Amino acid sequence: MTFIAKPKVAHPSLPRNALGSTRRDYEGALSTLCAGCGHDSITAAIVEASWALAIEPQNMVKLSGIGCSSKTTAYFVSGGHGFNSVHGRMPSIAMGANAANRALTYIGVSGDGDTLSIGLGQFCHAIRRNLNMLYIIENNGVYGLTKGQFSASADLGTKAKKGETNFQPPIDPVLLAMTLGASFVARSFSGDKEQLVPLIQAGLKHQGFALIDVLSPCVTFNDHEGSTKSYAYTREHYEPAVHADFVPLQPEITVDYRAGETLPVVLHDGSRILLRKLDAAYDPTNRTSAATHIQERMKLGEHLTGLLYIDESQRDFHDINATPDAPLNSLPFETLSPGSKVLEKALAAYR
Amino acid sequence: MSQAVPRVNDFTIKIGTVNGTGSASANTLLMKSLFRSGIPVMGKNYFPSNIQGLPTWYEIRVTRDGHVARSGSIDVMVAMNAETYSRDVREVAAGGYLVYDSTWPRPALLKRDDITVFGVPLAQLCNENFNGVRTRILMKNICYAGVLAALLDLDVARIRELLAETYAKKPQLVDSNMKAIQLGYDYAKENFACPLPLHVEQMDKTAGHIMIDGNTAAALGCLYAGATVAAWYPITPSTSLMDAFKMFSDRLRVDANTGRRNFAFIQAEDELAAIGMVIGAMWNGARAFTATSGPGISLMNEFLGLAYYAEVPAVVFDIQRVGPSTGMPTRTQQCDLMECAYASHGDTRHVCLYPANPEECFYMAVQAFDLAERLQTPVMVLSDLDIGMNDWMCRDLKWDDAYRPDRGKMLGKEEVLKLKKFYRFLDVDDDGIPYRTLPGVDPKAAYFTRGSGHTQYGAYTEDSADYQLVLDRLLRKWATAKKLMPRPVIEATTGTACAIVSLGSCDGAVREALDVLRARGVNVDYMRVRAFPFGEEVEKFLAAHEVLFVVEQNRDAQLRALLTLETAVDKSKLRSLLHYSGLPISSRFIVEGVLAELQPRPQTQVQGAARR
Repeated sequence: MTFIAKPKVAHPSLPRNALGSTRRDYEGALSTLCAGCGHDSITAAIVEASWALAIEPQNMVKLSGIGCSSKTTAYFVSGGHGFNSVHGRMPSIAMGANAANRALTYIGVSGDGDTLSIGLGQFCHAIRRNLNMLYIIENNGVYGLTKGQFSASADLGTKAKKGETNFQPPIDPVLLAMTLGASFVARSFSGDKEQLVPLIQAGLKHQGFALIDVLSPCVTFNDHEGSTKSYAYTREHYEPAVHADFVPLQPEITVDYRAGETLPVVLHDGSRILLRKLDAAYDPTNRTSAATHIQERMKLGEHLTGLLYIDESQRDFHDINATPDAPLNSLPFETLSPGSKVLEKALAAYR
Repeated sequence: MSQAVPRVNDFTIKIGTVNGTGSASANTLLMKSLFRSGIPVMGKNYFPSNIQGLPTWYEIRVTRDGHVARSGSIDVMVAMNAETYSRDVREVAAGGYLVYDSTWPRPALLKRDDITVFGVPLAQLCNENFNGVRTRILMKNICYAGVLAALLDLDVARIRELLAETYAKKPQLVDSNMKAIQLGYDYAKENFACPLPLHVEQMDKTAGHIMIDGNTAAALGCLYAGATVAAWYPITPSTSLMDAFKMFSDRLRVDANTGRRNFAFIQAEDELAAIGMVIGAMWNGARAFTATSGPGISLMNEFLGLAYYAEVPAVVFDIQRVGPSTGMPTRTQQCDLMECAYASHGDTRHVCLYPANPEECFYMAVQAFDLAERLQTPVMVLSDLDIGMNDWMCRDLKWDDAYRPDRGKMLGKEEVLKLKKFYRFLDVDDDGIPYRTLPGVDPKAAYFTRGSGHTQYGAYTEDSADYQLVLDRLLRKWATAKKLMPRPVIEATTGTACAIVSLGSCDGAVREALDVLRARGVNVDYMRVRAFPFGEEVEKFLAAHEVLFVVEQNRDAQLRALLTLETAVDKSKLRSLLHYSGLPISSRFIVEGVLAELQPRPQTQVQGAARR
């Protein structure tokens, strides 16, 4: 980490978004993670995506559990409320917060330990509810804060820094999410900002649970020879299958795409994702074939990346619950409390 | 045999059946017909943690003086379950009555010569008059209600009226049920001297009252308090609270024009998630609650500690059941007092409310939300299975239309913009309660909520002084909480140095015990604590008495422990009367306990109970 805080004043020449804000307005507190940590690159990508989408900072709700990854919610969009909760339980906090106010943008940042071990249950059930949030897993296969134990995403045969080999099969969040009926599943790499930023934009705009599993090497405990989650190994075995360009809602579509090569997916607010297939055999709208394809490539030691599955038509929690458009926390008390006359009538059943 | 001394409107009936045979309808019918005849009545259901086939009992106390607790003795037993005949027979008080199904005669039952046995061939009557196995079983139970109607002189017209209401949409059921009632009624009239000396007479003491269970009343309280987010994981005996909230919300919270539901109802994957959702929702400005029981509280501990330290409001109903561990899920106790008061690791203490009956469940539910938001901390409402799942006669619930929620120190956009800078954990008013803001208000209002060490400005810290500053401020908030708690109910009129201290569902038994003791020339004061932390009045009461009987329903004297830890009371003044059999405490138990201490004489120990 660095101790030198950047000044908050922005240079006048910095580009501004639709709100007239610069990227600096989407930054947060100084990161305390190790220099070179993949997580910091993801934080930068979140800053970039939030700025590009011109999200009002106060409308962004940042949620996390416990671990290195979970600390990062303090490092972006300081104008939004943050909730660093308990280990593995961020999805339930997100569920409650989202139930109270559906109008805000929810971003959860978690790690492989937080999501795939202690928090596996809550992660699965948030997917089942199609909770409207972006859920990022900063996946490095290792417990950093407790100094290098394997996590549940550690690959078979990978070596720990101290030399131990992992013999337990990994839990893959992407395949798990696809099995559970997730409506937006993506994988990326902290070192590929070009791929990651539009994925975050699309995930933030997706109506429902958007998962991005980001391979994010741990420079201190899992970047050595023999590790399958090092920078070098990831770069080598990283295989973009689908590239997603995010096209914000605007009066005129200026990004052109040629039919046949790209597949447009229209999001709920009218913005769209243009999917560019890099692997001709891959279909990101077919859950079964996509999952099979990912598994087959995995056997070859390759991580398919990009927007691996999307279904914008699935109903999210609020749609199923039939909650009103207005946030529940904004409903006037008079509409919630039925009054003394109604109570009197209700009591008739108890006489 | 029984003596013909008339006893009107003052006796207890107990019905032993097999669960899953529809006896609940018959028992409700009996209860409600008594209630509608203006006679105060108490009902207790002792049911197994099972769906079908195990023994279940229902106790109905007809009580002209309006007592709400068990008396401790049974005058009329309806023994419908051969499996439990022997213990059911044993339980009848001398001079009492026993009704049983004589389709299969049981001469052994007649062995007691101090009770009267009425054999009614219930199965035979129903087999001759109804078709279908299921119907015959159900009707056998309705039939005993008819027998009791004749023996006790119940108003058959009322029974018909109730059946007509219950089966308004299925009139054929009214006829078949009435037929079963009549079969039992006529058989009893023809074969026995009806009514018994022990019987009922019309009164007018139930006007302005309802028969309601505490879970339903608490659910109504949540609805009226404006709760919009309800998250829970099913667990006996709390589930009916959520069911009731859903039922009322479906009826009263759905927009007639749009069909949209002005509430979110979430069945969580476990209790950890349930409390997480409540914390998330209240952090974000909705009134939210969960209902659970002991095992759920155990699971919620970590999150409760977070909410305490990060100062997030939450409302939790703990419908206590028998522990430890899974314990006896369908029996009652007050065994989570310590667990709730100090839930979670580290220095944590939580606000707890102790309702004594369904009426208080309703009002305390509303109060719980106000206190949680005012104090920015979890508030636990400790009901129990007895209050939560049994029908209690209580005064009509009243709603004050002028009520508006106390949202506590919550700053809106305009207020935040007027500030130079907003700091979440700063003690601006010197009462230990800081100001909070909601997401979505303004970037200036944003803050970071964390369970890790933080400064009063909201930043992460590992600095001892900064950490202690916040921890000490939380103590000041605790001191403020003491002043906001519901006060104890105190009856200090006897001028004696002797008193009973109790809480929650013991109240009815204690009150009756006080009357009985007074009649025997023993005057005792009474304090019912209604909340934790204890306030000044609790301290004063304890200080003003020399002998204090602490009456509670657990083995380890948890209320007594809380009193010794959290007040200045001299421990040696506190005598425990502990009832932990799983059945609701009776007045007799308390009377005997107090007398044994004050007027020592040889005593046989009551089962499942201890004095220390």
